Amino acid sequence: MAGLPKPEELISKVNLKKMPSKKWMDTLPVEFKPGFYCYGAKGKNLEYVEFPNARDWSPTDPDWKLPEDWKKIVIEGIKQRLERFRTFHVFMDICVRCGACADKCHFFIGTGDPKNMPVLRAELLRSVYRKYFTVGGKLFGRNGGARDLDLDVLKELWYYFYQCTECRRCSLFCPYGIDTAEITIIGRELMNLLGLNTDWISGPVANCYRTGNHLGIEPHTMKSTLEFMCNDIEEITGIKIEPPINRKGAEILFVTPSGDLFADPGIYNAMGYMMLFHEIGLDYTWSTFASEGGNFGFFTSLEMAKRLHTKIYEEAKRLKVKWILGGECGHMWRVWHQYHNTWYGPVDFLEEPVSPITGTKFENAKSNKIVHISEFTADLIRHGVLKFDKSRNDNLIVTFHDSCNTSRGMGLFEEPRYIIKNVCNHFYDMPDETIREQTFCCGGGSGLNAGEIMELRMRGGFPRANAVRYVREKFGVNMLANICAIDRATLPPLMDYWVPGVRVTGVTELVANAMIMKGEKERTMNLRMEPLPGKEEQ
Amino acid sequence: MPFRIPTTAGQQFSLPWIKYSKIDNPSTGWGVALRMFFEIAFFRSLFRNTKADILNGRLYVGSNKWLWIGALAFHYCFLIILVRHLRFFVGETPWCISLIDSIDSFWQIGLPMLYMTDIIIAAALLYLLGRRIFNPQVKYISLPSDYFPLFLILGIVATGILMRYFAKVDITSIKELTLGLVYLNPIVPKGLGSLFYIHLFLVSVLFAYFPFSKLMHMGGVFLSPTRNLANNNRMKRHVNPWDYPVKHRHYEEYENEFREKMKKAGIPVEKE
Ligand code: HEM
Ligand code: SF4
Ligand code: SF4
Repeated sequence: MAGLPKPEELISKVNLKKMPSKKWMDTLPVEFKPGFYCYGAKGKNLEYVEFPNARDWSPTDPDWKLPEDWKKIVIEGIKQRLERFRTFHVFMDICVRCGACADKCHFFIGTGDPKNMPVLRAELLRSVYRKYFTVGGKLFGRNGGARDLDLDVLKELWYYFYQCTECRRCSLFCPYGIDTAEITIIGRELMNLLGLNTDWISGPVANCYRTGNHLGIEPHTMKSTLEFMCNDIEEITGIKIEPPINRKGAEILFVTPSGDLFADPGIYNAMGYMMLFHEIGLDYTWSTFASEGGNFGFFTSLEMAKRLHTKIYEEAKRLKVKWILGGECGHMWRVWHQYHNTWYGPVDFLEEPVSPITGTKFENAKSNKIVHISEFTADLIRHGVLKFDKSRNDNLIVTFHDSCNTSRGMGLFEEPRYIIKNVCNHFYDMPDETIREQTFCCGGGSGLNAGEIMELRMRGGFPRANAVRYVREKFGVNMLANICAIDRATLPPLMDYWVPGVRVTGVTELVANAMIMKGEKERTMNLRMEPLPGKEEQ
Repeated sequence: MPFRIPTTAGQQFSLPWIKYSKIDNPSTGWGVALRMFFEIAFFRSLFRNTKADILNGRLYVGSNKWLWIGALAFHYCFLIILVRHLRFFVGETPWCISLIDSIDSFWQIGLPMLYMTDIIIAAALLYLLGRRIFNPQVKYISLPSDYFPLFLILGIVATGILMRYFAKVDITSIKELTLGLVYLNPIVPKGLGSLFYIHLFLVSVLFAYFPFSKLMHMGGVFLSPTRNLANNNRMKRHVNPWDYPVKHRHYEEYENEFREKMKKAGIPVEKE
């Protein structure tokens, strides 16, 4: 990868046991290392969604062009959030600095920077909280872990809140369930009160507000993209599919992250969805307005997340569908599963979801009326609705990466594995400490999949890559499956860097490749238009 | 609580034929109660603890239960010792305390009986302190206010053990003092050594320090929203008490901006 040292060199300098000689409070000002921070937000993008202090800005500028009373804004912001979020209040108070979370963070493991230990990341803000809000902090000052808020502290907070992917791995191990992701979420809200956002996050947010999706795909382009995919499907299977778009009265609204409409390998997954729905005769529609399931607003403030996500239910109402089916995505599902019903409900204009094919009632989604594609597909397979030729995936030795959000913010583990095992002959899990609830992040979640922080991403993704390398050496794994659009964007470069030879796929692509469709011609190519095993050119 | 954000640590409740983790990913109040019970009584999350090491460019993650053992030992001994102290505050020792007492002094070594908890708590405290001094990561995150309670409690334990096994203070006169305090009729019996007053002083400091310090963590466990909520947001709607309407983009505005393009592409529109 351009500009990066060789993989062995990158990690050999990391020593998790060696801490700086200076105490962490004495290490200011923080050095903004290239490759570790994202570019600053553009004023026009902040302005489009009416964020405060909109202006062009770069983190390395000595002058951050802050409002006069910025300190007051931050302190007031903390105060308001302490009142509103019990999570924040409790997490600010109860840490005993036992260190159980310290070596659980992929960014600490990959960088060795102590401020990437979740406990210290939180302490950066907690020290400010103590100073301004607790008796102990006022009484004991620095000995009690309290410090003043000044510009250097603000810069440090910003730097480290944008080196956390909000993966929640730390919260799993903390004896009190302290969730540093939650502290990062609130920390980023505070930063946004001052217009301190990144280009990679604020651009998609503005796009999503205007066009309905992060990539800024306009309705006619979305249509032609889907049609283009359908041409490929016809070439591969001989079956012609017409993608239904903004169709009123369909039974189901299908929403997936826009990443699946755009880049390799996400597009193969989008082709997979359409093939699956065609095969079972699903009465569904895409929407060009609700054309994004993901939500970069979630990486700026909960309010912005709500502002973006509202359109999905609004579209469901307008199109008069019965319920909503969601594609493969990580943070989209964290938001849909844990927040959406609270933001928008009661969702009484939709019906409790029932699979029109198998009659299965999705009890677990009866209130917010949103079903995950893996739940839906696993149910189809269980009922024997789909026919597979597993040998079409025989060239693949597959392992599965659990996405942080669907793992620790939902618990979706068995459904995708069940699906993979039914469509592939060769599946091997990575070691237990690196999968399911203990899964390691791809290194680029929560809006940190920007190109300018490739070094940070390669370091943060190292624990994940290391586990993939293990199964590659042991079982010859060559395909990394996942159910997340961010993963499909971040894992390919990660694999190229650490474990060359391992490619990345969505689960639905595997399904569609093995699925025998009614009336299909003899298939010789997979969805990537590569020859199927046994069908290589003689 | 605005949002329900449990950290899910097992398979969710979804399709009927998929076995779900009733305790680690509870979907009901009962599941949550059990999860909390395991957290509080057995420090379930700490039990998961692992240790990461990088060797020759590879990452190794291994199990690491020492902190769990040390913390559990410390807390239970602390609790038992606290309960045992009650006998100084009541005239007649209740049967349940005597029972704990006799189990605790199971290994009877000479007179007075040796309490297991005394040895274990001292060992556990030394371990917890040792971590803060020798584990580089824990050392780096520790504040002066993290050492203070450890030293304080170690002091309390040390004076306690010294009194019991070496200085052999007179229990009857201590009872006179404490009962006097309980009944608001203080008397100062003679013959109590300085060791006892040091012990008492340190305990008072601990109680005075308690409310300002991280020792408040005891309450936090019960309140922690990543542990004490059910993972059922799609099944049941939860209301945010301070919810407020937000400005969002309406379909109408969207169509107004893109109507011509949509029509040209043959995408249905609301207004022709
Ligand atoms: C289920 C609830 C609890 C959990 C999971 C828990 C966990 C812990 C942990 C992990 C430590 C850190 C040890 C260290 O490295 O220093 C600690 C310390 C301590 N805890 Fe608890 N604790 C709980 C309840 C309590 C309660 C009810 C008390 C009551 C007095 C208490 C008193 C202390 C004290 C005095 C210390 C040692 C001093 C220190 O290091 O700060 N804990 N606890
Ligand atoms: S595991 Fe929890 S209590 Fe321990 S240091 Fe980390 S955040 Fe603090
Ligand atoms: S949420 Fe993930 S990235 Fe953030 S501190 Fe915790 S472990 Fe690290």
